[in-house]
Amino acid sequence: MSAAVAARPLAMLSDVHFSYPRPRGEPRPVLRGVDLALPAGDLVALLGANGSGKTTLLRLLSGALVPDAGEVRFDGRPLGEWRRDALARRVAVLPQQLDLPDGFRAAELVAMGRAPHARRLFASTVEDERAVERALVDADALDLAARYPHELSGGERQRVLVAMALAQEPDLLLLDEPTLHLDLAHQVALLSSIRRLQAQRRLTVVAVLHDLNLAAAFAPRVVVLHDGLVAADGNVADTLTPVLIERVFGVRMELARTADGGAHLVISSDR
Amino acid sequence: MRAAIASAEAQPLRIGLTLTRTVVVLGAAGVLLALLLVVAVAVGSAEVGIGDTAAILGRRLLALPIPETWAPTAEKIIFDIRLPRVLTAMLVGGGLAMAGTVFQVLLRNPLADPYVIGTAAGASFGAALGIVAPLVLPVLAIGAGTSWLGLGVVQLFAFAGGLGTVLLVYAVARSAGRVQVITLLLTGYAISSVLAAMVAMLMFISGNALRAIFGWLMGSLANAGWMALAFAAPLMIVAFILLLARWRRLNLLMLGDAQAASLGVDVEREKLVLTVLATLATSAAVAISGTIGFIGLVVPHLLRLVIGPDHRLLLPASLLVGAALLVVADLGARLLPGGGIPVGVVTALIGAPFFLWLLRRSQLLRVELSA
Repeated sequence: MSAAVAARPLAMLSDVHFSYPRPRGEPRPVLRGVDLALPAGDLVALLGANGSGKTTLLRLLSGALVPDAGEVRFDGRPLGEWRRDALARRVAVLPQQLDLPDGFRAAELVAMGRAPHARRLFASTVEDERAVERALVDADALDLAARYPHELSGGERQRVLVAMALAQEPDLLLLDEPTLHLDLAHQVALLSSIRRLQAQRRLTVVAVLHDLNLAAAFAPRVVVLHDGLVAADGNVADTLTPVLIERVFGVRMELARTADGGAHLVISSDR
Repeated sequence: MRAAIASAEAQPLRIGLTLTRTVVVLGAAGVLLALLLVVAVAVGSAEVGIGDTAAILGRRLLALPIPETWAPTAEKIIFDIRLPRVLTAMLVGGGLAMAGTVFQVLLRNPLADPYVIGTAAGASFGAALGIVAPLVLPVLAIGAGTSWLGLGVVQLFAFAGGLGTVLLVYAVARSAGRVQVITLLLTGYAISSVLAAMVAMLMFISGNALRAIFGWLMGSLANAGWMALAFAAPLMIVAFILLLARWRRLNLLMLGDAQAASLGVDVEREKLVLTVLATLATSAAVAISGTIGFIGLVVPHLLRLVIGPDHRLLLPASLLVGAALLVVADLGARLLPGGGIPVGVVTALIGAPFFLWLLRRSQLLRVELSA
């Protein structure tokens, strides 16, 4: 990585404050001055208790929300200066919740991820079709291509949604609980697939995860949100300490050594 | 995983619409519509054979070199009276169905029709005002016989009333640069209620014009003519082309505002553009025919069940099927005993039970699928 690239991260939040408006009373601040730099190719697990502002942070990064104070930049330019369609060619979002409209086959839904790249008025290009196919393969959803949403289980829907985001072929991929509804095998498969893409295409990924061990196994960098601030940011070994976990989640955990020298977090039995 | 890739390469993945499917669906609907055109024009109180009708249409519309073997009066009946009426039915039916398709996406509501956010109430108020005002203020009667752009005062007021009301509803519902669906629906309902009360008031003071207002509210194609068509057709065609060009964004909006935005749609702007285009088509339809119900509600539902929700196909198909349906309804209106009952009555009489049947069928379908 050259010095110039390192100096200008792909995405950056500077002193970002955000609160959701409330009909009465003072708005409750969700983020109170968050700084975060995402160099190209980073793979970040975003952790924190419920309501700690993880989803809000992702929505600020995607431009769906605008900060009350502070600034969000993508590729050097403030998000407000980006056209929606230009941004959509470079940033993809896997939302936590999405109702898939019935009547479209999974492949058609995934093809909607190509919309920002559309070059022809009515037809899709060969490039589009290849991207859809690759995305279906990467999300392990190729066998679901011909199914309708009502024929998909929760985990299968999730894989289709991931494929939709991958079909967008973004530089920055924002995943809000990508492992939701997935069984253990698919959790591991999906995260390895994303990790491979990150390595192959220098994709930058921010993923909200709840399983700390999964986060530790998957992400070289973890960012922990607590009380509207970044409580910790760094590599797994230095960051996910029992002290921090107790402070952030209020749960006492211990590090257990595995046979191969790795560390696993386990809930303390004396809590 | 590697096997999957290999098989995918061997047999390329087919996504969405194929050209064949598009041609078959639209071709079938187009042929049906053309046949209906000939039949509907041939049917009427004065006898003109279907062969002669087809020949007259071929000669006048397609400029085919067909020798004249029919009476000149037949040609006059066909060309000056029946053809504009049937074409108006097509234009209105197609326009309402197309607008209904768009509103059902915009409002994410299965009950949405082209009238729901104020078009019908606004147009009715405009029309009623256009009928009553010259009676109350004789000064205005001077303008009553004249026409602008081929439209009488009533039609012009109806058009302006429909378009103006929706823009008003939109402006009222907008807050902090955003329009929320539920606010839009409720605002449309509230403003429609006010306008409906004003229409009732106008009817109350209208005296002899009551029948005229009533007839307009029912929806009728009796006043169809070339001039009104010349006004409405260009509006409808432009609206259709611009809506069809936005098929991708309509599809994306079905994923919800947030996901559409993250796929590159400028959601608030897009909603406004779609609302204006669909309202333009609706207002043009209503101005020349009154408020004809059910076409704009039923056709999009029916087609979504049959051909799926992809707007690339759904929009043109709704245009053709809506057109065909209103031609049939108007044929019914002309042929049913009673002599020329308003076509709006027929669409409601046939449309409502049909809609109930559809509703039950699709519920059953869903039960079957979830079982």
